[in-house]
Amino acid sequence: MASLELVGIAKHFGAIEALRGVDLRLESGEVLGLMGDNGAGKSTLVKIIAGNFPPSAGEIRIDGRPVQFHKPVDARREGIEIVYQDLALCDNMTAAENVFLGRELKRNWGFLKIVDYRAMYDRAAELFGELKSETRPRDLVRQMSGGQRQAVAIARTRLSEPDFVLMDEPTAAISVRQVAEVLDLIRRVRDAGHAVILISHRMPDVFAVCSRVAVLRRGTKVADKRIEDTSPEEVTGLITGAIASA
Amino acid sequence: MQSSKPLQTSVAIEEVTGLRERTVLERLLTSQPFWVTVAVILICIVTSIKEPNSFPTLANFFNTTRNFSSIGIMAIGMTAVILTGGIDLSVGSVMALVSTTVARLLEAGYGWESAWAMGLGVGLICGLINGYLIAYVKLPPFVVTLGMLSIARSLGVVISQGRVIYEFGPDAETFKWIGGGWLDLTLPNGSVLSLSHQFLLLIVLSIIFAFVLKWTSWGRWLYAIGGNENAARLTGIPVDRVKLQAYVLCSLTAALASLMLTGYAGSGTSGLGRGYELYVIAAVVIGGANLMGGAGGAYGGFIGAALIFLIRNSLIMFGVEANWYEFFVGLFIIFAVLLERIRGRKAG
Repeated sequence: MASLELVGIAKHFGAIEALRGVDLRLESGEVLGLMGDNGAGKSTLVKIIAGNFPPSAGEIRIDGRPVQFHKPVDARREGIEIVYQDLALCDNMTAAENVFLGRELKRNWGFLKIVDYRAMYDRAAELFGELKSETRPRDLVRQMSGGQRQAVAIARTRLSEPDFVLMDEPTAAISVRQVAEVLDLIRRVRDAGHAVILISHRMPDVFAVCSRVAVLRRGTKVADKRIEDTSPEEVTGLITGAIASA
Repeated sequence: MQSSKPLQTSVAIEEVTGLRERTVLERLLTSQPFWVTVAVILICIVTSIKEPNSFPTLANFFNTTRNFSSIGIMAIGMTAVILTGGIDLSVGSVMALVSTTVARLLEAGYGWESAWAMGLGVGLICGLINGYLIAYVKLPPFVVTLGMLSIARSLGVVISQGRVIYEFGPDAETFKWIGGGWLDLTLPNGSVLSLSHQFLLLIVLSIIFAFVLKWTSWGRWLYAIGGNENAARLTGIPVDRVKLQAYVLCSLTAALASLMLTGYAGSGTSGLGRGYELYVIAAVVIGGANLMGGAGGAYGGFIGAALIFLIRNSLIMFGVEANWYEFFVGLFIIFAVLLERIRGRKAG
């Protein structure tokens, strides 16, 4: 059982305080919904967990052990994978190439190590199969639907068998039918034993897949509740400030 | 779960192979290098009919292939740079700097090995400066290489003191043979096909480059950087280092082309390669590369270079005034970009 813990995380950019001491705890098998209005500090928190920049104060602990991230690679090494909002895909390459981008599979060819396309296509087909996605490994990302793109981005995170998967607004820019597809993807990631943080401002999605919801407002965590102990109305109130905290 | 899995995979693979067979023909018909190849063949046929005694000859083949080789060699480095979404305007001037530097060395009595090492070293330094300023200082490639275009050309004039250097010292023969020599192949019918060293070098480098683009991580990373630089960075690709290396490769191919041309011409001059950046970029773009990055290949630059020199060759044979040549090169550049826009609209 892996755990990710944030203790008193603060971040300021010059005079602007983006985060003012946030505590958060996440364990495998959980899907935590992280909600908040624009500017509440969601993206800053994600970027700190992803290793894009360090916090001004506070500590990140993995399984109780303090860790420090200087670049995204450090976070990945600790078992944290991010699905970025813009998905970080290369339109001009195939699904499989995108899954293995930066960690291409290789095979020996004489004394040279060359890219092993067959292995990448086969492994990507397996990953898409596990995610029950219809994405085809040899299709160019340019030709894919929003849901298929999500599957590529999620399949990528599964290569390293991460303990924690952060998903930044995965349902923000896709059609209703594809939303259901992506929510299924999230459930499969959870069932595989990974802990998921779902950053979203779509209330129905959060209540459909999350087991817990945390609300940020102006850089502070104002609520952290089990999903069955709250309601969309209460969470909306917490986000807007109509309810101070819960 | 375990029993259903193999079935799942085999279905997926069939689906995938079915898809692949469809796209091979599709890919050919939507591929710009394919249509440029068709254009090259058509021009050859038409010119052969018009000039049966001078065009379809082994001598003309030898000359034409040699003439486009230096552009083709530089198109390799330029393709790497353009794949990342960059541009290198300095290649022609790097040629001049390399040419004058090696000519002065040879003139001073140094051997051909020293001249070659120095020539490649000069290319390496120009590439490192371009690449460092673009990849690490994040200056726009257009501005950096425009600056290098001016600087390298000027240094070439300073080094040669404005002279054309003909005196190549004790190793003159060897140096000239490397750039100007050729290989004779006896064909089954007894006639002799000559292939210039420049053309042979172009073929070898193009094959290596095609291999690198397709089968190495570095090659794939060039496409990734051009496709989505931010994504490449987030997935851990050393974007800055790869970009620097692309500019180094580009300057090195310019140095190579210059060493070969200087040997072939038997003289070093700061006028070498003036305006060649136009031809090199034209060759790469006509060959299907996208100036926004992420699209292009080794064969594209090769066939693009062949096309623009074939146009020149054919225009001369058709008796068109040579002054019209650059008009047609410009026309083909615009036409190539237009074609790509139309194809892009279809794909998107």
